[in-house]
Amino acid sequence: MSGRRLVIGIGNAYRGDDAVGLAVAKRVRGAVPEDVVVLECEQEPTRLVDAWDGAGVAVVVDACAGDEAPGTVHRFDAGEGPLPARVFRSSTHAFGVGDAVELSRALGRLPARLVVYGVAGASFAGGAALSAPVETAVDGVVEAIVRDLGEDARA
Amino acid sequence: MAERRTIRTDYLARVEGEGAMTVRLADGTVEHVELQIFEPPRFFEAMLRGRSFREAPDITARICGICPVAYQVSSLNAMEDVCKAEIPEPIRQLRRLLYCGEWIESHTLHVYMLHAPDFLGYHGAVELAQDAPTIVERGLALKRTGNDLMSVVGGREIHPINVRVGGFYKAPSRRALRALRDPLERALEAALETVRWTAGFDFPEHEVTGELVALGTPQAYAIENGRVTSDRGLDLAPAEYDEHFVEEHVERSNALHSRRASGETYLCGPLARYSLQADRLSPVTREAAREAGLEEACRNPFKSIVVRSLEIVYACDEALRLIDDYEEPDEPAVAVEPRAGVGYGVSEAPRGLLYHRYELSEDGTILDAKIVPPTSQNQLAIEDDLRGVVGRNTTLPDEELRGLCEQTIRNYDPCISCATHFLTLDVERA
Repeated sequence: MSGRRLVIGIGNAYRGDDAVGLAVAKRVRGAVPEDVVVLECEQEPTRLVDAWDGAGVAVVVDACAGDEAPGTVHRFDAGEGPLPARVFRSSTHAFGVGDAVELSRALGRLPARLVVYGVAGASFAGGAALSAPVETAVDGVVEAIVRDLGEDARA
Repeated sequence: MAERRTIRTDYLARVEGEGAMTVRLADGTVEHVELQIFEPPRFFEAMLRGRSFREAPDITARICGICPVAYQVSSLNAMEDVCKAEIPEPIRQLRRLLYCGEWIESHTLHVYMLHAPDFLGYHGAVELAQDAPTIVERGLALKRTGNDLMSVVGGREIHPINVRVGGFYKAPSRRALRALRDPLERALEAALETVRWTAGFDFPEHEVTGELVALGTPQAYAIENGRVTSDRGLDLAPAEYDEHFVEEHVERSNALHSRRASGETYLCGPLARYSLQADRLSPVTREAAREAGLEEACRNPFKSIVVRSLEIVYACDEALRLIDDYEEPDEPAVAVEPRAGVGYGVSEAPRGLLYHRYELSEDGTILDAKIVPPTSQNQLAIEDDLRGVVGRNTTLPDEELRGLCEQTIRNYDPCISCATHFLTLDVERA
């Protein structure tokens, strides 16, 4: 795999399971080679269009709301088509990760490979910590990301 | 046979301002309008109790992913008010510069990605990008300049980590700021093109009737602080806000609505700011306003997209001025010691007036917090607009009427704009 390698965790640190992307990013940082750029994004997602532009591989992790059991992990290859609205139907403000993917596609700015993980949350209440099932899911997502990047964990 | 139509949004989880909307028509008359907002500040007010006054800027920044600087600055103003801290001018100017970055970033996001598609007949920015990639790229580049400015001054473009009570952890170097001059010059050009672009849109007829409320300062277009002023003669210190504005709990909506203490509806945001202070904009901004055909006051909420674009011009121009005038402060912050008492802070978030009030104990522990965001202040104004706009367009087919309702809500760039993408419309025939 050539080109820049990038992992982006998205979320709000103070909104319960919404922070799962940030938690994954923190843990990924210690598990991947130093040339992999790891970003924690607590912001609206249009910035992703620039962040992953030109990357060889980018992996994005975000929380999602849905009918699945909390902690359920979805994995999508964004190169294959739009992210399913049923999983990423809600977002911070009007622009979600799914919109950022499609905006990049429309502008010809998708990275060579873009993998998106969605972790189903239980609670997005203000001030709450990660719920137990979501906390339990974090390590599995980290391991999967390490595999996506084609690298073995250093540890 | 009575025809009853209901237009409503579904409740959505995991958005920073969760919301829903219902408009009900009976026999072609607007019977009921309801905007529901479940406001995150309520959670945060509770979370702040018991925390140190120094933590408030970082905690409140998490209320909104689009306007963290607004929350930080209003909380700083309040904390420095209660602690009677004198903030040196260079630090105040640096805060204004940081805030300019947020205005550029937030306004550009709204103008290009959320609001312009309404005027051009697109479902959203993705479809606009498919047809007009150059225009969308211009918006993204403009927004990036705002992000870069926030990064250099704030340490990180969203939730700036360099901000503290009393000032900054580290003041940027003159050199780092001067490196932003060229991008800001290009951004200024892009912003002027944005004004020309939006000024050419078609604007539905509508005028707001409520009182226009915005911060005012004698010297410049108010952003990071000021007195609370209105087009009906209000001129208050932030500490007087609670005497003149009340929040009332509305059972049906699970949210607090703001009104003037007299019971009247008011609104804040770009229209109010522009109408109260157009004469304090920079010459290049005023010239752009003249070219766009705007008078010195604007009451058509659909034209807020033009006013927002003008404010992007102003924020770029003002950022250039602040960078040119910048002298590194001797110290990045002044020492602030806690005091027992109540402090009040205001600033102009991109969406409008943001009011914070805190009560501190002697050791700086937060005993009580009150945060009034612009969206809850504008809620009644939005409902008034929906009533007026729907009332004038009852013959429109469902799909068009829903689009017009969404556009009407988005005029205010509320933190619930996400929800308005998911409007559902049911037609019931009795």
